[in-house]
Amino acid sequence: MQSPAIEYDYTVAKWFSYLAILFGILGMGVGVLIAFQLAFPDLNYIFGQYSLFSRLRPIHTNTVAFGFTLSGIFATWYYVGQRVLKVSMKESKFLMTVGKLHFWLYFIGALLAVASLLVRYTTSKEYAQFEWPFDIVVVIVWVLWGISIFGLIGIRREKSLYISLWYYIATFLGVAMLYLFNNMEVPTYLITGMGDPLHSVSMYSGSNDALVQWWYGHNAVAFVFTVPIIAMIYYYLPKESGQPVYSYKLSLLSFWGLMFVYLWAGGHHLIYSTVPDWMQTMGSIFSIILILPSWGSALNMLLTMKGEWGQLKENPLIKFMVLASTFYMLSTLEGPIQSIKSVNALAHFTDWIPGHVHDGTLGWVGFMIIAALMHMAPRFYKREIYSKKLLEAQFWLQTTGIVLYFSSMWIAGITQGMMWRAVDQYGNLAYSFIDTVTVLHPYYTLRAIGGLFYLVGLFMWAYNFFKTMTASRAIEREPQFASPMAA
Amino acid sequence: MEDIRFIQGVAYIIFTIFLTLILYGYIIHLYRSEKKGERDYEKYAKMALDDELDSPPVDKRDEKEREKKLKRSSE
Repeated sequence: MQSPAIEYDYTVAKWFSYLAILFGILGMGVGVLIAFQLAFPDLNYIFGQYSLFSRLRPIHTNTVAFGFTLSGIFATWYYVGQRVLKVSMKESKFLMTVGKLHFWLYFIGALLAVASLLVRYTTSKEYAQFEWPFDIVVVIVWVLWGISIFGLIGIRREKSLYISLWYYIATFLGVAMLYLFNNMEVPTYLITGMGDPLHSVSMYSGSNDALVQWWYGHNAVAFVFTVPIIAMIYYYLPKESGQPVYSYKLSLLSFWGLMFVYLWAGGHHLIYSTVPDWMQTMGSIFSIILILPSWGSALNMLLTMKGEWGQLKENPLIKFMVLASTFYMLSTLEGPIQSIKSVNALAHFTDWIPGHVHDGTLGWVGFMIIAALMHMAPRFYKREIYSKKLLEAQFWLQTTGIVLYFSSMWIAGITQGMMWRAVDQYGNLAYSFIDTVTVLHPYYTLRAIGGLFYLVGLFMWAYNFFKTMTASRAIEREPQFASPMAA
Repeated sequence: MEDIRFIQGVAYIIFTIFLTLILYGYIIHLYRSEKKGERDYEKYAKMALDDELDSPPVDKRDEKEREKKLKRSSE
């Protein structure tokens, strides 16, 4: 027995969970609106200039990536970190203060950053739009998280670090490096004494800027949408199912494989552009190799359920996580296929790309965060999950939404790519741009409906979480494995 | 130009062989150290399942070292 009087402290984990729900609804709400705008352009003007697609799209991407997903990552870190290190945050006043400061600075910083995009302050670098003062806030938030990670490791009882922690640490280090290098910028007012104090220009230009940007952009996918989500599934799936990871050795091998290979794959965003040809080829090759470590983790998770597939029928949280793992496999096969030069010639700039992104983010990232939060809820509040039926309904509604999303975008993207390259017998383009728009309209509508299904699912999730917190039946002790839930 | 192509080709082959050796070397290292009884990697999977604060750690850390760090972080 270690310290029977002390319990894990979930305060910061709870706060970040609330933020994940809030930013999830906000970010995906905006996503649904802009999806409908693509099908019905008049919706661009419902709030004047503030509802234009171009204004809202960065708000959608930044809110879901750096609001919803990061909140989910932080929430799970403050939960998983304590548990696998066997140390409570209550044991250190310093780390508790750092955790709370981390939350408040992140929350206020995120709200201001979103507001800044709404009033048009942007660096215009995709997924790195925040202007320089917000970049400084991001760095401080990140340093606070680092103190929290390494501080908690410093006072741990468990000597070895569980595989999930390797992935959380990699997230911390990876994002720190990427964010700093891609956001090297010169605040123009400080140098010239003129113009807007918030404005800046990148320290890179032309092809160099593109290279750094996509080294960052693709690895933001790696270290925000992949690495920390693997950290989650390596903890929550075994814990919820009561099954140890199928092969711990495979988890280590996949970890190092992923770390080495991912950083080289970003060049596939710049195929047929002005960057050197060998870099494009390298991006393609490393993307193909990336299938191995990605599938290593995903198969390891599916094999963890070996002999226990009955749980898939009984437990909606297992459903969410197994489907998340399956979507991870799907998107990590689809991405490498798109990065093959000849396929990229067709796929680049088409709707197949957002289709690919969304089966990864909605199916893998979203489902994993949803499952993680619902696994934690009974442990947070010592109450059973309010409604299993609601969770099941949410699962099926959102799965339908994702299928509608990616299938419509596959068809739209390939149709679009084929129409753009079609020529008549004299080599003239067979179609004008508006021809493609007309053909794609039904698919855009279907995609928006798919997104709406997913968003409705998020409201069901929020309701279920809130009722679990406030009105569900109390449980005497923390469940060891499967989360208790009322029918 | 031809020289550069040749160097690129040789470098490509050397890197491929080197990285393949590293990959297989690591796999062999994992299995061999388990076979020799130096490490039991699979036991670490228990860390997620048995994660109560009062359950015994898989690898217990030196308590004195922990106390020292804890004292510093509580000041």
